[in-house]
Amino acid sequence: MMTNHGNRITQGQFSFLPDLTDAQITSQIKYALKSGWAVSVEYTDDPHPRNTYWDMFGMPMFDLKDPAGILMEINNCRKTFPNHYIRVMAFDSSRGWETPRMSYIVNRPKKEPGFGLSRQESDGRSIRYTVHSYATDKPEGERY
Amino acid sequence: MSHTEKAGKGGGGITLPDDVLVDLEAEFKVSNIQEVLDKLDRELVGLKPVKTRIREIAALLLVDRLRKQFELTSETPTLHMSFTGNPGTGKTTVALRMAEILHRLGYVREGHLVAVTRDDLVGQYIGHTAPKTKEVIKKAMGGVLFIDEAYYLYKPENERDYGQESIEILLQVMENNRDDLVVILAGYKDKMDRFFDSNPGMRSRVAQHVDFPDYSSDELMAIAKLMLGSQNYCFSPAGERAFREYIPLRMKLEHFANARSIRNALDRARLRQANRLFAGRKNKLTKNDLVTIEADDVLASRVFQDGQLDAGPES
Repeated sequence: MMTNHGNRITQGQFSFLPDLTDAQITSQIKYALKSGWAVSVEYTDDPHPRNTYWDMFGMPMFDLKDPAGILMEINNCRKTFPNHYIRVMAFDSSRGWETPRMSYIVNRPKKEPGFGLSRQESDGRSIRYTVHSYATDKPEGERY
Repeated sequence: MSHTEKAGKGGGGITLPDDVLVDLEAEFKVSNIQEVLDKLDRELVGLKPVKTRIREIAALLLVDRLRKQFELTSETPTLHMSFTGNPGTGKTTVALRMAEILHRLGYVREGHLVAVTRDDLVGQYIGHTAPKTKEVIKKAMGGVLFIDEAYYLYKPENERDYGQESIEILLQVMENNRDDLVVILAGYKDKMDRFFDSNPGMRSRVAQHVDFPDYSSDELMAIAKLMLGSQNYCFSPAGERAFREYIPLRMKLEHFANARSIRNALDRARLRQANRLFAGRKNKLTKNDLVTIEADDVLASRVFQDGQLDAGPES
């Protein structure tokens, strides 16, 4: 998308900022843990904005006191999927169900080809628009 | 120019010149360790060698912190410990205090204690152990991981036992995440020695070995009084004499678990006291009646009659 120079996808928190350092990620996790939220790590190679459910990297982590354990999982996930999108989510269960409170990307592919806009001509002369990720032209696992 | 370069070298921290005096006393006061040590003295009877060791460890860490101000970098001391001793000698309680001391000195960030046994670490089928152990480790990060009866992790008679996998993950974390958590292994002395002999990697990563001695009968009496006091009970003079007789008799019997056996004996004495009050059908009871353990409540124990253990929970 030409409006997004640098071709970086912008989803979740902090996505217009430069990549977070580990120290910054740690203090964000600390905030989540202090608020009593469960933190989990998820990854995907399909960055379409409507792809809400990413793959879980292990279970969400409950009852943690210190961010070091989560940072360890993030680094494990980075090692396993160095060229995937990885995000950290924090869930709040205080309302009786798990509510996403935080979601931010902590790892992204080196080259992000971005999205194309496709037009479909339908009844009459009306046009339907949709966005299409160039990366998903290739099969899963070979996208980045 | 050279001055700014030198300042940059410190990596953010301020290095003190060689001749500056640092105040050990002030540092000691700031860390508030004395409070924890006092609490340890107050709450735990006896255990002289343990208290001395804890004091030594605290001193080492404190001095280490002062050395850091002069940039005398010694490696972060290995803090993983092994607590050996018979059951009921206060290993868990001391571990709790240890977590607090380490927290006050800034060697662990949160200072909580996660107490686990083999069941919490080792899985039941292939591929179950690693996530289970890792989950426990993640929970303990920033605090102290207390592994009770750690020798059960290693079962040499079963080569397919998953305990070994758990030990390997622990070893890795104990080495790589030394800043994140402190591991305390606890158990009987002889079994722990055997465990360390068969796991040299574990032995070399555990620096502090603390041995918990058994309590003497006088110490056990003091513990009994402390326990009763915290539950708002007390002995009558005759009751105290009876319990003083009870302790050496109980110590000779099997399954003697130091302070834990004393607690169980007191629980049973309370039961008999309640029964006595109820059977007496005295409608008017004074406060004194309700809090006093009489000699009869203690002497009714089977330990006195035929030298056998009382029925009921015993450990």
